Amino acid sequence: MHELGIANSILEGVAAELRRRPGSRAVKVGVRIGELAGVDPDALNFAFEALTLDTEFSRLKLEVEYVPPSSRCRQCDREFEIRNFELLCPDCGSLDTERLSGDELEFIYLEIEEDESELAAASREPSAQSRTPRVGG
Amino acid sequence: MNRVPMEGKVLNENARVAAELRERFREHRVLVVNLISSPGSGKTTLLEKTLETLPRDTRVAVLTGDLQTENDANRLKRYGFPVKQIVTGGTCHLDARMIEKHIADWNLSDLDLLIVENVGNLVCPSSYDLGESAKIVLLSVTEGEDKPLKYPSIFFKSELMVLTKTDLLPYVPFDADAALANARRVHPEMEVVKVSCFAGDGLREWMEWLELRRQTFLAEQTQPVS
Repeated sequence: MHELGIANSILEGVAAELRRRPGSRAVKVGVRIGELAGVDPDALNFAFEALTLDTEFSRLKLEVEYVPPSSRCRQCDREFEIRNFELLCPDCGSLDTERLSGDELEFIYLEIEEDESELAAASREPSAQSRTPRVGG
Repeated sequence: MNRVPMEGKVLNENARVAAELRERFREHRVLVVNLISSPGSGKTTLLEKTLETLPRDTRVAVLTGDLQTENDANRLKRYGFPVKQIVTGGTCHLDARMIEKHIADWNLSDLDLLIVENVGNLVCPSSYDLGESAKIVLLSVTEGEDKPLKYPSIFFKSELMVLTKTDLLPYVPFDADAALANARRVHPEMEVVKVSCFAGDGLREWMEWLELRRQTFLAEQTQPVS
């Protein structure tokens, strides 16, 4: 169950990105996971939901792009995806291949929107230096 | 709504600490290997035999990880080399920060080899870089020969597979050739050593592999950085 730690690292990454974008709220985060990364997408989704429940991230969605490993044939240079550990080059049938990818565990994107709740909270504050109108994107 | 690209690895903090560790190990010319297997495959027993065989003046140290107890460290301390237990308190793998913390009071200049025994688990440790030079996976003949296909991640990332408990082969329906073929379907360049810590078979090959790996590691350090 290291998916819990990975889900937590995803949220830390999102929080760090939001600190660079004040006034934004995260809607969806996209991550790429290789089939050889040793991370189970269902367990990760479960951990992500458990960690975000009743928190500032409760509406944040996780989108996992689960990618198969790929190899390159050293004989004919063809790059191909591997299914069911079939390592033969689909073009020339050679077994002389090198692995290109398969253990990815990386961020792809973050979908953000203007944080209305933060604006509303700011406008209620009497001192409200943050009442300055935001130019949103 | 606005979609912004995000870069970097999810386990960014672990990757950062691991990169720092790798640089320190490189600087001090310490070969670090990370032993990974299911619980009960024989990591600690292989380590006992390894420490027993090494000359007394070998500059080797061991970090051994478990969820609870100091039992493994106590087993391994008998050989007179520096050994430290990492008790994870429930965490199913070692991470780079734990390694950093536990080597803090060791002088890396005094070491040539650091062996890390990960928590018994064939899944989670494969995701955590510890700054090691090589991951080594152990598979015992009392397990299924299709383990490499069921748990491909760790077999993909390991340089060497140590097939353990080979003295039991006459008594168990384990097809060693099939296990090797499965490992090479996941990782075509996989090296293999077959050992019986009980009978002593293959231990010399294992020690030779370690020595050869250290030579390769040292040769890499002397090459100019491109």
